[in-house]
Amino acid sequence: MSAAVLAVREARRGVHRRQRVLLVALGALVVGLFLVRALLGDYRISFVDGIRMVTGTTIPGASFIFMESTLPRACMAVLAGAAFASAGAAYQSMLRNPLASPDVLGITLGASAAAVFAVVLLGWTGTPVALVAFAGAVGVAATIHGFAGRGGAATGRMILVGVGLAAVLSSVVHWVLLRADVYRAQDALVWLTGSLGSVSWSEITRLAVVVAVALPLLVVVTRQLGVLGLGDDLAAGLGVRAGRMRLVVTALVVLLAASATAVCGPIAFVGFLSGPIARRLSRGRTSVPAAALVGAAMVLAADHVSAYAVPGTAYPVGVVTGLAGAPVLVWLLVAGRRSLQEAS
Amino acid sequence: MTVRATTAPGMPAAHAERGTRVPTSAVVAGGVAVVAVAVALSLLVGTQAVAPADVVTALTGGAVPDDVAGIVASRVDRTLVGLVVGAAVAVCGVVLQGLTRNPLAEPGILGINSGAALAVVVGIKLFAISGVGGYVWFALAGAIVTAVVVQLLALLAPVRAQPVTMALAGAAVMATSTSIVGAILVSDQGALDVFRFWQVGSVAGRGAGIVLDVAPFLLVGFVLALSSGSVLNTVALGDDLARGLGQRVLVHRLLAAAGAILLAACATALAGPIAFVGLVVPHVVRAVVGPDHRRILVGTVFAGPVLVVVADTLGRVVAAPSEVQAGIICAVIGAPFLVGLVRRMDVT
Repeated sequence: MSAAVLAVREARRGVHRRQRVLLVALGALVVGLFLVRALLGDYRISFVDGIRMVTGTTIPGASFIFMESTLPRACMAVLAGAAFASAGAAYQSMLRNPLASPDVLGITLGASAAAVFAVVLLGWTGTPVALVAFAGAVGVAATIHGFAGRGGAATGRMILVGVGLAAVLSSVVHWVLLRADVYRAQDALVWLTGSLGSVSWSEITRLAVVVAVALPLLVVVTRQLGVLGLGDDLAAGLGVRAGRMRLVVTALVVLLAASATAVCGPIAFVGFLSGPIARRLSRGRTSVPAAALVGAAMVLAADHVSAYAVPGTAYPVGVVTGLAGAPVLVWLLVAGRRSLQEAS
Repeated sequence: MTVRATTAPGMPAAHAERGTRVPTSAVVAGGVAVVAVAVALSLLVGTQAVAPADVVTALTGGAVPDDVAGIVASRVDRTLVGLVVGAAVAVCGVVLQGLTRNPLAEPGILGINSGAALAVVVGIKLFAISGVGGYVWFALAGAIVTAVVVQLLALLAPVRAQPVTMALAGAAVMATSTSIVGAILVSDQGALDVFRFWQVGSVAGRGAGIVLDVAPFLLVGFVLALSSGSVLNTVALGDDLARGLGQRVLVHRLLAAAGAILLAACATALAGPIAFVGLVVPHVVRAVVGPDHRRILVGTVFAGPVLVVVADTLGRVVAAPSEVQAGIICAVIGAPFLVGLVRRMDVT
């Protein structure tokens, strides 16, 4: 075996090893933040007590706070963060454009507009809202892809149509807020900002099922996305059917983004930033698992800060991700210009 | 020197080879005619029925009942505001899209609207302002500060990456200010109740006096932006080529950008965020008059007002007796236009 082959193999091993180390480190970060969020609130709970409560023991006082507030919020933060982040990273990678996350393209906004309409004007609650939100997101995604043209690779077109739809949908949201009485408008605003304040265990279960099914599939499918960069014809020559692959990725992205949006609203920046951050951490490689972990960590940390940073006032988590996300984006712009620019 | 950009890199070039040779005089004549029709409709149609003869009498200074005079005066005001705002936003869109060579550039995407919104919310919250006259200066200041911040962030990047960087910086500023706005509004119902009427974007209820307030800024903005046609054509050729042709690219670009920022700031101050006009009108006009930015600018001066004034008029009709704000109608009628254009575009 020649020295060149050995060198290439060694380099590849290095990349894989670094990737594994990164995933383990991010996983540890998520676990740590999860414990902080679930146990260390205004009311501190020991790790042992936490385990006992999860396994069924009731501790007066602590049980209510832990089982009905901090633990469900921590679970939801992980699920929603992972869902938004993996959807964003996969979409940015598929469309090879850092702007092309589901929130910029209006897919998340399709879900929120439909949900706000149903909640504020029709008075719906629960599962029907989730279904309507999903329908809204599917509608936007279908329109965007419908206009991508037969070649399917015209991402410029998709982005134009998506941004256009986003403008329309945000005026729909503004109009709905105007029609509602001010109490409902304020409830809707909390949700529109992205909030984990009112999650229930049934919603968590629903989102957990979606994430458990869609995320692994997305990880597998996106591994082949690099081939699309060669062009549809060459991809076909390599045995990848580009059109079908885009359809699968889009369906999974919509499912994840819409399900998360239906529960906790569009949490700013998570879908948009997790992909680029993960890419920067893994030195330019797209990694959906890393992005999902980054997103989970982001939402966990932001939710903890939003709940306890200002005593007496609990802000929606989206306020914190929005505030914290901007400097991160600026840092990415300044420090990692190349990774944002090249975009895939 | 004249530089005609036929196939501008980074720009939709589908219409370049079609060789549309509508003379500029025809563009102006057609524009004036369409604007006249839009203005006439706006003056004649409304939620309250007023006989066309009465409208004409009131406009020409004849004697009419007080209520009719009031209605006609308010229609004149909102038509005037619509004309100014439409022209400002649309021209701003041309300049921004040309400068950044980004077909998506518009005041909303570059964070200008959200910066203005943040300033307005701060004004409502801290200084208890309410009413358009009070918003104007907050919106103007917020828009200018945001735009300058976004520009500075974009300048951090190498020249080639500036379009994407600027859009990303705009997104960053937008998300931040939206978060602050959200943080203020979720804990203050009174502010929300005032703010939600501002954020839809409307030309109603603004007196003509407000236009006069911002007129100096508007004037400078229009002069800078409308004279930037040949600069934009040069930019479309790419920076290296432009430098080779001897244009002082940076100075001219900064002047054009300053004009665009002033226009966007004034428009947002007058009408609130009207997002879609700046995005869609330049594309429509480009499809009609071809890729020369000087002609696009001329066409936009007419097309922008038409869209806003017609949207405002439609908004009085579709849900009568209540009104739908012009910002919402603009988005709803602008979207099919954009989609139709995108279908024929040669963007990848």
